[in-house]
Amino acid sequence: MRRSLVLLLSVLMATLYEGSSQSPVDPLHKAAPQFKRTDLNGRSIDLRDYRGKVVLLNFWATWCASCQVELPRFDAWQKKYGADGLQVLTVSMDDGDAPVRKTVRRLHLALPVVMGDAKLGEAYGGVLGLPVTFLIGRDGVVEAKVKGETDLAALESQVRRMLGK
Amino acid sequence: MRKLLKCVVFVMFAGLAGRVQAQFSNPASGPGSASTVPQAQLMQAAELVKLLKSSGTDRPVVFQVGSLVMFQQAHIPNSGYAGPTSQSNGLALLKKLAAPLKKDQLIVIYCGCCPWGRCPNIGPAYKQLHDLGFTNVKALFLANNFGDDWVSKGYPVERGE
Repeated sequence: MRRSLVLLLSVLMATLYEGSSQSPVDPLHKAAPQFKRTDLNGRSIDLRDYRGKVVLLNFWATWCASCQVELPRFDAWQKKYGADGLQVLTVSMDDGDAPVRKTVRRLHLALPVVMGDAKLGEAYGGVLGLPVTFLIGRDGVVEAKVKGETDLAALESQVRRMLGK
Repeated sequence: MRKLLKCVVFVMFAGLAGRVQAQFSNPASGPGSASTVPQAQLMQAAELVKLLKSSGTDRPVVFQVGSLVMFQQAHIPNSGYAGPTSQSNGLALLKKLAAPLKKDQLIVIYCGCCPWGRCPNIGPAYKQLHDLGFTNVKALFLANNFGDDWVSKGYPVERGE
């Protein structure tokens, strides 16, 4: 009995240890990992609320030069395709929100911006290079993952296709 | 004739101004860009992996000079967090962490936040260590980012702080 208990505990410990060292899983073609955060304007952003919309989820940072090029374009797409069901959400991977607020003001962004962290990055497969953009379909499944400097015209075409335009 | 001269001067001035602006708006060639690190001071990932297995004086001190959020997700085992060095607080942290080291200690700095030519942290970190008198500083060359060029290649990582 005692032996069985020790064995059971060992298995449990091994399982727990393995769990903690597991690599993050890429969410491509899987249900988008859920998150709920408060944006820089104090609004609650819950990914669940956007089910039925096409979500462009962009991870960025103030020190990422390519991100500064993309963000104004995403802001324009939100205005252009918002009525068709596009929702752009952005996650800053900066270490603090002060420089983020400054950049949002400088770029005149109207998009929701939430602060990210390691947990959110890992949920999305590890955000270990910026920018990274995920396109989430109306069914909540991640349809595309775009890393690094991207062809924005091609990305816009993909967004339009997902919107059925 | 005078009109023509004015026109030539204007075109020359506009061209020069354009070049100067392009230089500073493009991080790939700006004063703090990764391209300011001399080619001879770059280290390839496979070389660092080998060195990490060594002991004694060959073993480098490794600093991540980018974002803390990225460091927490994954970093090179036993590397110290010393960033982001594109900002003054990051440079101060790097200076503090490097202070007890010998000037000829092999120090490897890495970031991998962005494609190499776009990285805002490596250039200032290298310059700072160089200016502090460190003579054996290498920058880990990560062409695309830390995820693609280190983690995805199966090189060792630690998570957390």
